Amino acid sequence: MASREFCRPDPEELLRKIEAEEAHAKRGRLKIFLGYAPRVGKSFRMFDEGRRRAERGQDVVIGAVQVKGSDEIAPLIRKFEVIPLTGGGAINVEAILERAPQACLIDELASDNPPGSRHPHRWQDVEELLARGINVITAINLQYIAEKQDEIEKLTGRRAARSVPESFIRSAEEIEVVDVPPEDLQNPGLREGALTARQLSGLRELALLAAAEVVEYQLQRYMDANGIQQSWGTQERILVCMTPRSEARAMLQAGQYAAERFHGHLMAAYVKQRELTREAQETLDENLAMARKLGAEVHILEGTDPIGEIIRFAREQRVTQIYIGHTQRTTWRFWAVNPVDRLIEAAEGIDVRIFPHSRAA
Amino acid sequence: MSESSPTPAQHKRGRLKIFLGYAAGVGKTYQTLEEAQRLKREGVDVVIGYFEPHGRKDTIAKTEGLETVPRRVLEHRGSRFEEMDTQAILRRHPAVCVVDEFAHTNVPGVEHAKRWEDVMDLLEAGIDVLTSLNIQHIESLNDQVWNFTTVRVRETIPDWVVKQADEIVMVDVTPRALLNRLERGVVYAPDKAQRALENFFTESNLTALRELALRHTAHQIEERLEEPVREPKPAPKGRASAAAERILLWLTPDPASAMLIRRGHRVADYLHAPVLAVAIGKDEKFSDLSAKDRTALDRHLNFARNLHIEVAVVHGADPAKTLAEFARQRGITQILVSRNSPEINKMVRLVQDMQITIVAGRREMSS
Repeated sequence: MASREFCRPDPEELLRKIEAEEAHAKRGRLKIFLGYAPRVGKSFRMFDEGRRRAERGQDVVIGAVQVKGSDEIAPLIRKFEVIPLTGGGAINVEAILERAPQACLIDELASDNPPGSRHPHRWQDVEELLARGINVITAINLQYIAEKQDEIEKLTGRRAARSVPESFIRSAEEIEVVDVPPEDLQNPGLREGALTARQLSGLRELALLAAAEVVEYQLQRYMDANGIQQSWGTQERILVCMTPRSEARAMLQAGQYAAERFHGHLMAAYVKQRELTREAQETLDENLAMARKLGAEVHILEGTDPIGEIIRFAREQRVTQIYIGHTQRTTWRFWAVNPVDRLIEAAEGIDVRIFPHSRAA
Repeated sequence: MSESSPTPAQHKRGRLKIFLGYAAGVGKTYQTLEEAQRLKREGVDVVIGYFEPHGRKDTIAKTEGLETVPRRVLEHRGSRFEEMDTQAILRRHPAVCVVDEFAHTNVPGVEHAKRWEDVMDLLEAGIDVLTSLNIQHIESLNDQVWNFTTVRVRETIPDWVVKQADEIVMVDVTPRALLNRLERGVVYAPDKAQRALENFFTESNLTALRELALRHTAHQIEERLEEPVREPKPAPKGRASAAAERILLWLTPDPASAMLIRRGHRVADYLHAPVLAVAIGKDEKFSDLSAKDRTALDRHLNFARNLHIEVAVVHGADPAKTLAEFARQRGITQILVSRNSPEINKMVRLVQDMQITIVAGRREMSS
């Protein structure tokens, strides 16, 4: 499921971002090749990109290369100047900074440095190179993205010891997926503990979705920075409207199922009403607790016009589907027009899914 | 497709592999040919059935050493056209055949209207096919693509055809890298401001198309993962199960029905729900509709059929009531209607025992 940070930022945050982007101008650019398993060929793609840049006249060096590189990679590597690792196996940040190339190729982004190094992790070394204006091209496997590790462990029963935070992956200007069907993998797993074809396919799906998330995040950042309101993201974003009396369970379960199937994002919103009876308040609390339990991001909204507030919030959050219960006179009696009709009218551009009330309600 | 039963060994269906990209120039054809070269090195009998060079040197170089089955030449309205020679490929009968541009529409005069139909013939004959496809040609994504590119892609391919693929590979490259490639090919640098404007839209368009392609490929992989599991998975506790959902689309002559069909098709596909489309007339002759509207409705019904959606036609004086009754009869859980359907509010009041989804017109998002 999508991560929480996809929400549109508030104006102040936007301003900070723009300022940060100005500071960014001098920063090096980061490009990441993402693979879903060993031997998909991400290192090859990375060095091949380095070769193409060098042929276009850029000054490219290697900052880290895997010793056990494949036969395909060896001739590629020979074309570059290699800045050796430190004795302990960390990249030599100082030497690279001194050499000051335009671009530096760094394999195995998820490596850890030996104690006493400049930084504990290689990605932090890369961060420093970027901050000092050096472009970095690097490669990483999905299993090392910290926020993906729970899901991967569920799938494969294993967890990588090293990790890189997802926020660093997202900071990349470019991310490219190296997609290969499991059956085409080089030297398919005859090794001990090799992953099954199903596990590999599962990892492959996760890698594509991870890339889609980064792409959507970048697209939204670009749109925000340029003041474009329209949502071009292709992720399904579902908003469940909660009331103290709504039959929330069916809506939330349907929302959870749809969000899971679409790899979408599930939200639940409640517009505060005054003078709730104790009974209504209890039901509401139960519903909100259930929403959280089912993985929805819960938002409490305030406003005198609940439908208007829902629509405003839905547009702000780039919602693609709104779920609401069929009108119950008692719930909505303060409003002149049938609120569901009004919501349908106002929700142009968004699907409105209206749910029945269970007989028990 | 012939259902006659030759011995299995004789009649093993060919495997279809699609290289999916999000725009021209990402390298689909290149990767297809690279695979063909690899197969040839391994001793596989592989030929090129159709290849569109687009004047790209790198790609043309990749055809070297591969046998090409000559194209057939057709005359249409005084012009010469070249198309894939499916009959010649069938006679040649290679193990693997490269067929570029899966979504291509054949020139009139070819037996099949679409290249994908030619590909089906090859597969049926037991020939493996490697083909290339861009995401914007997939039928169910047509509205989404229109939404952000403002381009209505006319050449589309039904989703069920794409699903026939045994393997789908995403050919990924970042939009920036793609734009670099294109720019390096540009002879005259256009006016700087103009270019900035163009890039402004182009890069975000490409990014959105790319996201669509990534998600679509992920979905296809997920579908294939689920297929071998024959017995329905028990729904996890406390969750709505897929089997519970049955979707009905209400088709009307309004042009928004096409959008409704695509959206309904996509939702049903993702939710693993059966989907049914219905048109309602006052009587059997649809005498309440003008001739023009009847034609439009027929077109929508055909469109649904082409996407392999079951269609029904029912009659009743009161459309909303007739729809509700029909839905109950068929055990529908969710009715999808377009925003332009008549009597939406009445229907919402009438049908309180099932879900109704009013499907958005996907263009006017933020106006």
